[in-house]
Amino acid sequence: MTVSARDSKTKILHALEDQDTNVTFDDPLEHDMVLNMGPQHPATHGVLRLLVRLDGETIVSAIPDLGYLHRGYEKIAENCTYHEFIPHTDRLDYLSPLANNVAYALAVEKLAGIEIPERAKYIRVICAELARLASHLVWVGTMAMDVGAVTVLLWGFREREKIQDIWDLLTGVRFTTSFTRVGGLAQDMKEDSVAAIRNFLDAFPQSLEECEKLLIKNRIFIDRCEGVGYISREQAINMGITGPILRASGVEHDLRKDQPYLVYGNLDFDIPTYTDGDTLARFYVRMEEMRQSVKILYQALEKIPQGPVNANEPKKVLPKKERTYGNMEELIHDFMLVNFGINPPIGEVYSAIEGSKGELGFYLVSHGEGNPWRLKIRSPSFVNLQILPLMLKGGMISDVVAVIGSLDPVMGEADK
Amino acid sequence: MGLEQESFFTTKLDDIIGWARKNSLWPMPMGISCCAIEMMAFAGPRTDVSRFGSEAFRFSPRQSDLMIVAGTVTYKMSHVVRKIYDQMPDPKWVIAMGACTSSGGMYRSYSVVQGIDLFLPVDVYVAGCPPRPDNLLRGLMEVQAKIARGEKPGQKEKIYIQEHA
Amino acid sequence: MPDLKELVVGKLRDRFADEFESSNEYRGELTVIVKKSAIRSVCQFLRDDAELRFDSLRDVCGVDYYRPEDRFEVVYNLYSIPQNFRLRIKVRVDESDLHVDSVTPVFSTADWEERETYDMYGIIFDGHPDLRRIYMPEDFEHFPLRKDFPLMGIPGSLALPRK
Repeated sequence: MTVSARDSKTKILHALEDQDTNVTFDDPLEHDMVLNMGPQHPATHGVLRLLVRLDGETIVSAIPDLGYLHRGYEKIAENCTYHEFIPHTDRLDYLSPLANNVAYALAVEKLAGIEIPERAKYIRVICAELARLASHLVWVGTMAMDVGAVTVLLWGFREREKIQDIWDLLTGVRFTTSFTRVGGLAQDMKEDSVAAIRNFLDAFPQSLEECEKLLIKNRIFIDRCEGVGYISREQAINMGITGPILRASGVEHDLRKDQPYLVYGNLDFDIPTYTDGDTLARFYVRMEEMRQSVKILYQALEKIPQGPVNANEPKKVLPKKERTYGNMEELIHDFMLVNFGINPPIGEVYSAIEGSKGELGFYLVSHGEGNPWRLKIRSPSFVNLQILPLMLKGGMISDVVAVIGSLDPVMGEADK
Repeated sequence: MGLEQESFFTTKLDDIIGWARKNSLWPMPMGISCCAIEMMAFAGPRTDVSRFGSEAFRFSPRQSDLMIVAGTVTYKMSHVVRKIYDQMPDPKWVIAMGACTSSGGMYRSYSVVQGIDLFLPVDVYVAGCPPRPDNLLRGLMEVQAKIARGEKPGQKEKIYIQEHA
Repeated sequence: MPDLKELVVGKLRDRFADEFESSNEYRGELTVIVKKSAIRSVCQFLRDDAELRFDSLRDVCGVDYYRPEDRFEVVYNLYSIPQNFRLRIKVRVDESDLHVDSVTPVFSTADWEERETYDMYGIIFDGHPDLRRIYMPEDFEHFPLRKDFPLMGIPGSLALPRK
């Protein structure tokens, strides 16, 4: 017997009472189905929740739901001094903590009008590029795992562990680094860190190629990525997309080139740009970016000058801890900075860097006090996630994981 | 457990089940934020968790008996965490990984739950922000020791793993 | 690029004589304050102008100055990819009238950004396609980033699951 899908429940019950258990529907795909993905789902990279309306296997519409990791950073920032907020920046985009440290320090320095020494600028470039490598390595692993290749995850993490060992040497911490200070760095880069970075760089391109070969010669991977999650150039610009996703849609825009900060102007590197705008193009852009980062790191290690790493502005830059125990001046400055903060002049600035996900910016409003009046985090993941419904519409349900993987969102900064 | 004759063991049923259970804890990776990355490193090639029989990360709560809550739990997320905990079959164990999970950590703000023990029974607290993978391994071993001692989950005294220098 | 700054200010002054309030420059960044009634047409003009082409809106955020008049400000951070130039536009919002025109018809980015501003400050964007909270739960009654909201929140405003 057949049962139409409308008020099917009672009909099934009747059918079962009649002891005819062969119940079939007229058309089970006649109606849309709403599917909930997340917030606890292996492919949503944290706690993204996605509600998908399906017609059979085709996606009619998708609605992301955020806020499961909203930790109230902006409110916390208004209640602590400029220095105290540095550890919080680690945990924004927790795949590349060093890059966030750099972005925040640059914003505060712009607000307070501090010029940092040349050596500190080079070390910050090294930090930001190492962070980009570490972030992209997790991305390639998780994205490949989402479409079914688990090996790349393990290989990616093998390489990432090496970078974290370098961070351990360079900053003293393996993961959440809090390395930058307003007006400089927590400590200078020692010879052993330089040697460790060089060792890593010499072996890394080979390992990257191994990972890439596993994927780009794999029919399954290519078929699952090619033409999936297409986004056009105009859509990407109008949606305010930045980073690798924008560059995969054919816009050659990178803040490192367009508005050079630190010493990126002195370094020679390319901006990889693809025009396909699909998941595979985003894969190639990031892979190529990693190669460019290696190039940048080699040049930075070559060109780095000797000298101090902290600006000589005692009223704004924290003194070395050892010095505060013996010198009265330093002790007073330390006391004033810790208790009252750096008190930048009244004004507002916006400063952004090209993070691994896109434009990571900080908008700071100062009222001349020790703590910011307002700190707004312009997080790339938040803006980039907005394009997800557009990318998914009309696609297949199995493509959802590939598309989310290619967007590479980190909910820590998307939810703030 | 004692060896009475050749090729025979006599033991209590509880002991043998506890022994089997402790060496095949299947974690439910409740990866929420930063700690989730260190939890992935804990499953990764360097600190290989399969040495302790826990490499089978199950994303379905029905198939797991150890929940590692890794990351800041907000009020909005707490309902999800609790629901997933309720869906796990007994006996089930909970590791609170990291400072925010254990106590709210550095997030003294309006949206963060100040410690998951406000709504969940926790067995082991692991310190660190985030804990190093080896520290999390120690937390796992403490859960195994608890099982070996025959303790019920979430009842006896809590274990706090300190961060070593 | 000082000439581009003058060009932007001059064009806005000509086109929106009544709505243009002031402009200032600090640390090399240009800020323009306009009347809130004009924000959508200002954005439209800046996007479509052949010389300026501010084609992407990078950020929208609110600021609570906690003062008797014009308590809130909404800040729009525009960027022109062809000109490689950043511009900040601000509108002032008084507590008695928390309505601002939405710029979502001009820039699709504004969708979530305005929802975030609504969630945090309670500023209502008229003409927004789907204005609801984005971070906090739907039934939350307060606006957390306002200066009179305590850092640790209001006890009992957010529910925990039963133990």
